[in-house]
Amino acid sequence: MIWEIFRRDRKGQPFEHAGSLEAPDADFAEAWAREQYGRRGESVALWLVPRDTVHVVGDWADEFDLKYRRVDGYSIKARLKEARERHRLDGAA
Amino acid sequence: MAAIDISHDEQAFLEYVQGGGQVETTDWLPEDYRVKLVKFIEMHGNSELMGVLPEREWILRAPTLQRKLALTAKVQDEVGHAQLIYRVVEDLGKPRERCLADLVSGKAKFHNVFHYPTRTWGDVGVIAWLVDAAAIISQKALLKCSYAPYARIMKKICWEESFHILHGRDVILAMVTGTPGQFELVQEALNRWWGPLMQFHGNPIAAEDDPMYLWRIKSQGNEEARQQFLDGYVPQILELGLTVPDPKLRKRDDGVWGYTEPDWAELKSVVTGHGPRTAERLALRARFIAQEQWVRDAVLSDGRRLDGARQGAEVPALPAPERG
Repeated sequence: MIWEIFRRDRKGQPFEHAGSLEAPDADFAEAWAREQYGRRGESVALWLVPRDTVHVVGDWADEFDLKYRRVDGYSIKARLKEARERHRLDGAA
Repeated sequence: MAAIDISHDEQAFLEYVQGGGQVETTDWLPEDYRVKLVKFIEMHGNSELMGVLPEREWILRAPTLQRKLALTAKVQDEVGHAQLIYRVVEDLGKPRERCLADLVSGKAKFHNVFHYPTRTWGDVGVIAWLVDAAAIISQKALLKCSYAPYARIMKKICWEESFHILHGRDVILAMVTGTPGQFELVQEALNRWWGPLMQFHGNPIAAEDDPMYLWRIKSQGNEEARQQFLDGYVPQILELGLTVPDPKLRKRDDGVWGYTEPDWAELKSVVTGHGPRTAERLALRARFIAQEQWVRDAVLSDGRRLDGARQGAEVPALPAPERG
């Protein structure tokens, strides 16, 4: 059984994926994980997650091109230039 | 931002990793990339596992209790690194048992420096300091490996290696500030190890011609790593009054180190299984793998035996002690 190990560096920090190990049950996984990721006090907490139980989401379809919701959906350079130019001309007139 | 589609397109994949992109186990990987990854990472795992043997020989003979404990801790670290690394190889499709079988049969390789004898405590110091220093240069470059699961475990490995180097340096400093005889032990060990150390990073093949670099498994060329080693450690060796056994070694005006051509024939012969201690150490490793089979059988079975025991079911009773 493969366990994914997440570790927290110190309080307030998010858990971060550190690696995986093979163990038949949670007790063994804990013993292994304590040795691998905690024996020098480098983690304040560990999450041991059976790999099979992780529900993965990894595909992000964007069929409708929903760029209007993101900063890269807007290119204001040309319009800004035009607006400034117009204001400058108005002032001169 | 939409992810770049690298699926089933080897050229797109190549451009992606060459641009600094990283991939995960679940991504589509070109077959050649997977094969090269397994070969490279497996050799690293083998080297960690075989790398404990030269030092293990000195645990019982360490000069003080503190040194004995430190050496034991280091051996534990390196076996732990092997476990993490083999786990990564397993996810790429090669089970650990097969890695171990290929290691002891001589089919798979391990680093040249672990094929040599550890003659004196001076050798232990030079291994812990300089061999580990050479290794950490390669390993730090692997933090940028295109295969992310490998790059991630390298963080922990590098962190622990920095303790090893400091421990090695402390061993060396104790000896060079000791008796003339102790100083001499270090110098003799350095003389023995300089050749293998200069061979360690491999022949100066151009990075662009190195398939491991092409796929960005490695992020630097062999010569670049060797230069970094010389730059970092030659001054540290010289300041202790030690002599580097290469009359041609010097830093040129352009900042590049010149040195006597390392013995590439020796490197090839050693890593293909003809080193002075290859057979002996592989035999020892084979013996332990066989001897500890029962542990793996017990722990890595489907767990039924262990769960059963905990639930109090069907535990074979120990025979009652005989009374005389």
